[in-house]
Amino acid sequence: MVDQPKVPPSGGSGETPARPAPAEGSTAAPSPKAGAAPGKPVAPKPALAPEPWSSPLLDELQKGFPGALSNATVFRNLPSITLAKEALLGVCEFLKSEEGGGYTLLTDETAVDYPKREKRFEIIYHLYSFARNDRLRLKVLVGEDEKVPSVVGLWPTANWLEREIYDMFGVQYEGHPDLKRILLPDGWTGHPLRKDYDILKQDVAWVQANLGIKSGQ
Amino acid sequence: MPVTLERIPGHEERVILSMGPQHPSTHGVLRLVLELEGETVVRALVDIGYLHTGFEKSFESLTYAQGITLTDRMDYLAPLSNNLGFCLAIEKLLGLEIPRRAQWIRVLLTELTRIQSHLVWLGTHALELGAMSVFLYCFREREDILRIFELVSGQRMMTSYFRVGGLALEPPLHWLRRVEKFVGEFPRRLAEYETLLTKNPIWLRRTVGVGQISAPDAIALGLSGPSLRASGVKWDIRKAEPYSSYDQFDFHIPTRPEGDVYARYLVRLDEMRESLKIVRQAMAGLPDGPINADAPHIVLPDRESMKTSIEALIYHFKLVTEGFHPPVGEVYQTIESPRGELGFYIVSDGSPKPWRCHVRAPSFANLQALTKIAEGRLIADVVACIASLDTVLGEIDR
Repeated sequence: MVDQPKVPPSGGSGETPARPAPAEGSTAAPSPKAGAAPGKPVAPKPALAPEPWSSPLLDELQKGFPGALSNATVFRNLPSITLAKEALLGVCEFLKSEEGGGYTLLTDETAVDYPKREKRFEIIYHLYSFARNDRLRLKVLVGEDEKVPSVVGLWPTANWLEREIYDMFGVQYEGHPDLKRILLPDGWTGHPLRKDYDILKQDVAWVQANLGIKSGQ
Repeated sequence: MPVTLERIPGHEERVILSMGPQHPSTHGVLRLVLELEGETVVRALVDIGYLHTGFEKSFESLTYAQGITLTDRMDYLAPLSNNLGFCLAIEKLLGLEIPRRAQWIRVLLTELTRIQSHLVWLGTHALELGAMSVFLYCFREREDILRIFELVSGQRMMTSYFRVGGLALEPPLHWLRRVEKFVGEFPRRLAEYETLLTKNPIWLRRTVGVGQISAPDAIALGLSGPSLRASGVKWDIRKAEPYSSYDQFDFHIPTRPEGDVYARYLVRLDEMRESLKIVRQAMAGLPDGPINADAPHIVLPDRESMKTSIEALIYHFKLVTEGFHPPVGEVYQTIESPRGELGFYIVSDGSPKPWRCHVRAPSFANLQALTKIAEGRLIADVVACIASLDTVLGEIDR
């Protein structure tokens, strides 16, 4: 099963939002359903896919940054906005300010790799506003050779998070004060959380040179 | 290969000191590089990654149900909190509602986990500042809680007790008696620790005014949990975004305005009392009913029904060999772990294995504040600062 290519989730760059192979109702019961009692209460049917999001905040963002927002959806109560890379810092600054909702806490920043897409990385930001008790997800799509503007200036906590993304995915940041590996050693080659980095793969040369062992396995 | 600090020209007299990774007070394998002028820390550099095991990569090659066992090992002092966060994230993805009894048992056990985790923190914190006896007492009480975990799940630490859709198994008969015994005794024990520390002049000299951080700085650095509340920010995810029926429990959020090591100490002590309150309420009102959601395509059937029902047998086979298929989508679920905001970001492509599972580890963000709170302090204070942030390297290095 492992080498079978997974279909990346929809909602990104221009791919058709096709459902993957086991599409006949993923949450519904699989095949041996026929014998089950018909009146049995099954789990309530929640939305199966993200829905379009509308809110005053989104209207304001669209007014302030025309053309920068490409996809605003909500799934399981968490709105998610896809941004143009160029608008990222502006949008973040606005969201952090009081009139933008006061999203002063960057709880998380991470990346997801979709090797088949034209822009293979999604950089994900999760923001939290104490004033509104509200969360928001921002997404920026970047290609392999593109640099992402760093948000360390706005949220110092992004320092380590962006270093981790650089370490694990090889995403380059622009304006990061100290972009180097954080979990893996400096001399390591490869970025393990990329999809084309096999789970058993390792930097054999580094391991032999530094640990004096043939293999970590 | 090891990370080091560059010397600043003109300050050749300063000593560059490597502290760790095998230093007892760095809680696991944390390494600090300190630049010292006399005994004062001028610059501090945190070097992590010694415990990197690639959890996030492993998640992608395991089914959702198998992934639970990884979460135990991330924050190994609070395995049940991690189980809970992971299960809630998947349940959110599935849109699965779980029975009240399971929710209440989850609350009860995660609050015991919080007490247990805080006990390890208190014991080691005190030990590092020279109060040996507190360590022994804390580990004695912690053992009581671990025995309860063992009774319920069969494991002291790597419990994997919460499963997608409910619990792994029904707790044994009379297990609440053990909890009751602990809850009855613990307030007296807590008072005992307090007599040893809270007004102890040496303890006060080592902690009051040490490692201060203001609320805006703490937020900017992404601090959460007790470390943030000790800087005066009244924010607890159990109250702000209640999960697992926390909204039905009555408890306070302890905060302190000072933001120093002592404040973090007091906040955690108060938190143990509040957790105890929640445990009492959960025990008193524990509902009856099933412990698993009625979702045969997600929850494993019980062994008895497999002997008589062909559907149960087929579901079991499907779940064990293949796993369940959640809808395509992505969720972010947070819980208040003993260390702060623990978040699971799961991207599903509809297959039985997550496309991506990222963990927002509270310790990772909290540890980043160490440089800020330790610089300019004495080297002995660094030890107090590390302990007061209560980090677990397992979830930092993941």
